[in-house]
Amino acid sequence: MSGPGPAAAAPHRDYQGAKIGMWLFVFTELILFGGLFLLYSAYRTKYPHEFHEGGQELNVVIGVANTIVLLTSSLTVAMSITAIQKGEKRRARILLAITLLLAAVFLVDKVVEWSAEIGRGIYPNGPELLKRPQGAIIFFGLYYTMTGLHGLHVLAGIGVLAVMLALLTKDRIRSDDYVKLENAGLYWHLVDVIWIFLLPLFYLAA
Amino acid sequence: MGTTATAGLDGASFLDAGRRRGILGWILSTDHKRVGILYLAAMVSFFFVGAGIGVTMRLVALSMNPTIVGPQTYNALFTVHGVIMIFLFVIPGLSAVFGNFFLPILIGARDVAFPRLNLASWYFFIAGAALAILSLFTGNGPPDTGWSFYAPYSLRTGTNVTLAVFAAFVIGFSSIFTGINFITTVHRMRAPGMTWHRMPLFVWSVYATAWVQVLATPILGITLLLVILERVFGIGVFDPAKGGDPLLYQHLFWIYSHPAVYIMILPAMGAISEIIPTHARRTAFGYKAIAYSSLSIAGVGSLVWAHHMFTSGMSETANMVFSLLTFLVAIPSAIKVFNWTATLYKGSIDLSPPMLFALTFVFLFTIGGLTGVMQGALALNVHLHDTYWIVGHFHYVMFGGTGMAFFAALLHWFPKMFGKMYNRKVATLAWFPIFVGFNMLYFTMLVLGWMGMPRRYFQHLPQFHTGHVVATVGSWFLVAGLLILFGNLVVALFRGEKAPANPWGGVTLEWTIPSPPPVENFHEIPTVTGRPYAFNPGRTR
Repeated sequence: MSGPGPAAAAPHRDYQGAKIGMWLFVFTELILFGGLFLLYSAYRTKYPHEFHEGGQELNVVIGVANTIVLLTSSLTVAMSITAIQKGEKRRARILLAITLLLAAVFLVDKVVEWSAEIGRGIYPNGPELLKRPQGAIIFFGLYYTMTGLHGLHVLAGIGVLAVMLALLTKDRIRSDDYVKLENAGLYWHLVDVIWIFLLPLFYLAA
Repeated sequence: MGTTATAGLDGASFLDAGRRRGILGWILSTDHKRVGILYLAAMVSFFFVGAGIGVTMRLVALSMNPTIVGPQTYNALFTVHGVIMIFLFVIPGLSAVFGNFFLPILIGARDVAFPRLNLASWYFFIAGAALAILSLFTGNGPPDTGWSFYAPYSLRTGTNVTLAVFAAFVIGFSSIFTGINFITTVHRMRAPGMTWHRMPLFVWSVYATAWVQVLATPILGITLLLVILERVFGIGVFDPAKGGDPLLYQHLFWIYSHPAVYIMILPAMGAISEIIPTHARRTAFGYKAIAYSSLSIAGVGSLVWAHHMFTSGMSETANMVFSLLTFLVAIPSAIKVFNWTATLYKGSIDLSPPMLFALTFVFLFTIGGLTGVMQGALALNVHLHDTYWIVGHFHYVMFGGTGMAFFAALLHWFPKMFGKMYNRKVATLAWFPIFVGFNMLYFTMLVLGWMGMPRRYFQHLPQFHTGHVVATVGSWFLVAGLLILFGNLVVALFRGEKAPANPWGGVTLEWTIPSPPPVENFHEIPTVTGRPYAFNPGRTR
């Protein structure tokens, strides 16, 4: 990473520093979504009736099922970190693989849900949606934007966790050096926390 | 900190060492000093492109009739001038160049906390710049919305707004990663004995800036993303035809873009806080006041955004609250100006080129700051909004402030960065046309705006013509001065005399190591035993 010199021999490793950096990044993600939550609150105040009706149209069963899936996946990633701290490599790998599986289930649910709505013509500039009042257009505009951006984060999370699985396999994440996995877990919890706010704001708003 | 201990350091200069030679040795290097110079090279190039566009706009104003460009091109010119200067020059600004190069050295570290992320930030910056350039030559022509991309026009115009907005989005990542890196560096990498109140003031200002970068930039990210989603999918959140509210676009845009003004100016203030004590041989007066005013500018400055929107149709209450907050942010700024002035008192002032530009900064920034307070007054704002007054004020703060501080910092640290000394006489000579041209150009704009000349107009009425001619002539002086200034530095790069380790008699850590610094900065990590700026030991407070 750096040229010659006495300090170059020992690689620079700073557990605290890595955690600070990750927490700062998590803040930026929260603020990214914060802008959308701001818009949501402004428009909900402006169109309370349409937001109420919009919420009734969403599939609460899929929404709640996805919440359970995501919460469980947060549990398994946390258990995976505990396992590697104890040096149980095999268990850490299995738990991480389960996390990845649950994340994939979440996305499949999402595709099913979106497809049904798009099939009904409810999507931005969709024929059915444009017939509705303005508040409904905004509700579904925000719905697709916020759950879509969240879905992208799930996808990114899958990528990150897959890399972690590879690093675990290659022994690059060990019981004495696991901050990468811990930070990936932190990111995954962030994805989880954002969903916990999306669920009541859209699905349970009715 | 002593001024000695330059001898006995071995290790090759960072300019010569490294595993790879040539261009790869630069663009694959995670050395914070090389990354800083990569930023410098890119940003100075963009600055001259932006300045060229600025001069072109002044040439348009030289005549009352259409001459060299048409109205649509003119709209593209002021948009692209703004986008380049804001996103590719002043926002990364002193933080990306001098923060990268000197932050680790000033706190006695060998590098930043995340060197690879640091290089990645530069890649994001360059990728964003490439996309911005691509947006000029593809689609239906360059964006014509102004750099602020206001909805609903930015949703409707046929020009290439989507790509330009995406470019700004990508550059945002660069800013966020740099911020995360610098905060972590300051918390984790300080040398033994380098307590918070022993950090040089530039470090304080870069630290405060980093927080604003981390906390404000994501809002810009989501806002620009929404503009893209509006244009591609028509989600409707900013589109009045679908029930969206364009005022909310303005709120979100300025929630980032006003704090961004402090991203631009705070590191500049930090550099001035280094240059003035060093060239006046005097301990910084009111060290803690300057340090904490950086933090309070970052804090209060994040709460004043809606003063850009007094004429946009907000409630009276909102207008009054934001007007009050705007006045408040003048206090920490003034604290800095008074403390710099007090530092000069009884100092042994060397009117070196960096000092000359630093003092110019204080003078021009004060004009910029005071005109800003005038705009903060609600009644006056209605008259001044969207006129050349705003353009003049903005350039006094951004060019007279950040720009001059950038030149001052470059002249101050150039010998350290490249190990070469420039011609001091030529640098001083360059100052005259810059100072005269700057004021001819932008003070005239203040006057024109006061008389009622609206900004972003392609043509003007006869009563404004004299003012426009004066401003245009001023722009020629300004550009001539800039060419002399940078020409001098380029010559020094190749033919300059070898610079000593400490040409200015500075006492902060960067002057204790050779010029240019060795790869690892410090042979042995220094132990800090006292306050910075101890010019007269025993008599410092």
